[in-house]
Amino acid sequence: MTGPAPKRSSAGLQTCRRAVLVAFTAAVSVLALACGPDYYEIPIETPIQPKLDVSPFQRVLVAGFISGGSEDVDANQETVRLLRSQLRTKSQLKVIDADILPLMEIAQDQTKAAGAVDEPSSGAHEGGQQTTVQTTPTADRPAQDKTMALSNKIKNEKDLEPYERLFANTAYWKRIGEEYQNPLIVTGTVLFVPDSKSGYVQRDEEIIDSFGRRVVRPVRQYMERKGFILRPKFVFIDGRTGATMYSESHREEILYNAQQNTPALSSYFELMDRIVPNFLSALSSQKIKGTRVLLK
Amino acid sequence: MKPAAAILVAFVAALSTAPAYADARRDAKAQVDFGINVAQRGLWREAIYRWEKATQIDPTYAAAFNDLGIGYEHEGDLTKARKAYEKALELDPNNQQIRQNYELFKEINDRTSSKEK
Repeated sequence: MTGPAPKRSSAGLQTCRRAVLVAFTAAVSVLALACGPDYYEIPIETPIQPKLDVSPFQRVLVAGFISGGSEDVDANQETVRLLRSQLRTKSQLKVIDADILPLMEIAQDQTKAAGAVDEPSSGAHEGGQQTTVQTTPTADRPAQDKTMALSNKIKNEKDLEPYERLFANTAYWKRIGEEYQNPLIVTGTVLFVPDSKSGYVQRDEEIIDSFGRRVVRPVRQYMERKGFILRPKFVFIDGRTGATMYSESHREEILYNAQQNTPALSSYFELMDRIVPNFLSALSSQKIKGTRVLLK
Repeated sequence: MKPAAAILVAFVAALSTAPAYADARRDAKAQVDFGINVAQRGLWREAIYRWEKATQIDPTYAAAFNDLGIGYEHEGDLTKARKAYEKALELDPNNQQIRQNYELFKEINDRTSSKEK
């Protein structure tokens, strides 16, 4: 006995549709998983070879720096301390603990001595601020030296420039090298000067709009800013010969809101923090961590 | 030859070369995938070998050159890395991910090569 086929209820129809939808979603998910993403972020470590061949050396002497600029920071002392501590942990070389050389005074003494030898009567002093002498080339001094004007107080690069002749004095550095069993000698100049800049800067401002929503928008504002500029020059000298092997200069600056009172020493360390990896990469291989995107 | 016949010949020729190109890309892609897999497990030398192979199979595959650049960078071979990245960008100049990788690479490379003396 047959009767009319029962009509499919609306609930049954809905269940059927839901099943189809679930199956479709599952199929799409499986397909997506099978294909996978087209890119992958991957951490990498780039090894950087040292710029200098330090294999002939077992020891390193951070001798001292000719420094100038802000009086709030003794850039010579701080730079020597910082570099020695960094080299102890991040270099294979044994760091020599020695008194920091007062290179500024040494350079001045050398200038005076050279003047006394060459022209005993020419020691010209200008208000006690500068030592100016005429020199002739000797084994200890480069031939291009004509007039040396060593300012007692280094305020800028111009004041610092004449002092750099000290690094070319191979006889002096060879003597220092012999004193410490021929190490690699690290020396140079450090200029740490206050800086101020005023002008328009862009910053993000949070406001509440007419609908009561919190919105961030960029605004240009005139600001007075103060900070510091750090300009170190690292000179690497072969303690066996006294000759300069390599030198590199850096420049970093930092500016704060004029109302912000940041101590000079903390600014110095903040700026040195940016430079130290470059300094270390001259002596030892470094690994720079980063992330890259691998593509399919 | 009639124009219609010429078009037909060209069409058939295109059809016959297309599978060869597709095969090369498929084989190169397999090498790239394998390279990514092993690189994620830290086996960079094997990854570089696979990506080099991929670029030989399909020299127009930008992603393979990009990955090869990353591999060389990780191994510290910055000269080869630069060449690989530049080739990847030449093949796919609008790819932002390749460009980003290259910019990051350049930042390191420029920093380490900024010698005064």
